[in-house]
Amino acid sequence: MEWLVAIVIGVMTASGVYLVLRARTFPLVLGLTLLSYAVNVFLFTMGRLQVGQAAIISPDATSYTDPLPQALVLTAIVIAFGMTAFLIVLALKARSELGNDHVDGMSYVAEEQSSKNKADES
Amino acid sequence: MSSIWPVLPVLLPLIGGILTLFARSGGLNWQRTVNLLMTFALLVLTVKTLMVAGDSGHQVYLLGNWLAPFGIVLVLDQLSALLLLVTAVLALFALLYAISQDTDRQGEHFHVLYQIQLFGLNGAFLTGDLFNLFVFFEVLLLASYGLLLHGGGRLRTKGGLHYVVINLVGSSLFLFAVGTLYGVLGTLNIADMADKMATVSPADQGIVAAAAMLLLVVFGIKAAMFPLYLWLPGAYAHTSAAVAALFAIMTKVGLYAIVRVHGTLFGEQAGALAGLHLDVILWLGMLTLLLAAFGVFAARGLKEQAAFLVLASVATLLIGIGMNQAQALSASLYYLLHSTLMGAALFLMADLIARGRGSYADRLRSAPAMSQAILLGSLYLVAAISITGMPPLSGFFGKVLLLDAALGHPLQVWIFSAILVGSLLMMIAMARSGSTLFYQVNTDTHNDGEAQKSSALTVVIALLLLSPLMVISAGPLTSLTQQAAAQYVDSGAYINAVLQQSAVTRE
Repeated sequence: MEWLVAIVIGVMTASGVYLVLRARTFPLVLGLTLLSYAVNVFLFTMGRLQVGQAAIISPDATSYTDPLPQALVLTAIVIAFGMTAFLIVLALKARSELGNDHVDGMSYVAEEQSSKNKADES
Repeated sequence: MSSIWPVLPVLLPLIGGILTLFARSGGLNWQRTVNLLMTFALLVLTVKTLMVAGDSGHQVYLLGNWLAPFGIVLVLDQLSALLLLVTAVLALFALLYAISQDTDRQGEHFHVLYQIQLFGLNGAFLTGDLFNLFVFFEVLLLASYGLLLHGGGRLRTKGGLHYVVINLVGSSLFLFAVGTLYGVLGTLNIADMADKMATVSPADQGIVAAAAMLLLVVFGIKAAMFPLYLWLPGAYAHTSAAVAALFAIMTKVGLYAIVRVHGTLFGEQAGALAGLHLDVILWLGMLTLLLAAFGVFAARGLKEQAAFLVLASVATLLIGIGMNQAQALSASLYYLLHSTLMGAALFLMADLIARGRGSYADRLRSAPAMSQAILLGSLYLVAAISITGMPPLSGFFGKVLLLDAALGHPLQVWIFSAILVGSLLMMIAMARSGSTLFYQVNTDTHNDGEAQKSSALTVVIALLLLSPLMVISAGPLTSLTQQAAAQYVDSGAYINAVLQQSAVTRE
């Protein structure tokens, strides 16, 4: 099972890194999401892989799994969730303000133009 | 006995954020009043915490009364207290400037985000737990995303997008590193991790070293260390001046995290892994300094130049930390106080000048004379002298202390060359932009800038006055930073204070 989980984490991280390096915001969001999935599974395995073990102390349990990584993953999921939501909104804002979904926004000429416009506004 | 002091600077801005949210129904003036009161209260509190940390050593607060390796602890020592103090001072000035220039009218929730930003910063300075550090990083980052984008605008959105994405990648790497360290050491309490570092088996040492380097990348992103600094100029140069001024402390959070986490974990007790990060920091610091100096030279606008000067100050501090001596650390702390406040002052100056020049904004081109050019020019001179480290202002003192500490270091030739060549380049660049801004007056067109608001001018003058003040009080200040450095270097005391903290018991 260790092999399977390790391969899954590796593939997700590699795909995430590949997508993050794309030049459009949509693959970027997907890439960051994949990275956060990979990191969540990774955190889980850091408590060592165990199946069907109790995490909370009970009189019936004979052995336990480490509960701390589960708490860490929970926190990480919530934070990644919020950050992804924020990033999607920001990507949409960038799409509407910059006119395209390229991560650098505009072509060089358009940038010069907009900095002139900005100077005129202020 | 668990001390209450470490938790108060975290709680106060959190309550402040909630109060400013409620004050919204009363209008902007109420929010301003509440925010100012809370920031001022935070300043008073941080002065008190600095005194407490100086008088009675490490203060440890057990959250939820759980004992140290199991629960989360907040730890106050003089190093963190100093950073809390400089954050509070900076926050007060940046807030006054934001109010005087109506930055907070450009969008919603400026004041709420401001308090939450302080909450995240103070938490990151005080926490003694690696995962809790991650959480506070996220808090301060999320608030900083909001503040950075406050007011909108195309270039701001573009710079903000880069800033957000690189920090999200950084957060993922942070979790990978935290997970790896937990997998090997079985703990996330920084003191406990440092304690266990010596017992790491030789087979696991490589894994721990890899995780530590991954953490260094994460903190390097925050601190804008070479080659991870490319997000900084775009993000800082295009945000509003008050926010850029407040963000002068943000890069220092990354530096503080390196000092706190790597310094404690890989101190002398770490056995084979001791001092693993130091050479990397030292060399990358020197590289960053030179590239920042080139950036100062090549900048097209004054705000961009200020952003590169902030980068240069970070690089100088990296060199100071990389030297790994109590004396160098004390000098770095003095330089940190100076460079944070003066970097912020420079952003505010750039904004004043941009407003005075109207459509020419802060671009380094000849423009019609602005109103009050003599006053602004004198202020620019003070700021430039201070930030480039010329006598007689505080930057000179900071650099002299740092170079003095470098004497006798095996790499002293390199350190001296990097700092001196960097300073020279920055001095020339600042002189050049100063003469472009104030001497090369273009009489073809009419100046369409606005007159300076006296309230905004007063804030900037007061902030700049801190530089001569830091020179006058250099004696007490350096003795304070020396105490803080001595307390920090004794990492055994930190570990003992955290691990032997007893829980509060009910009578």
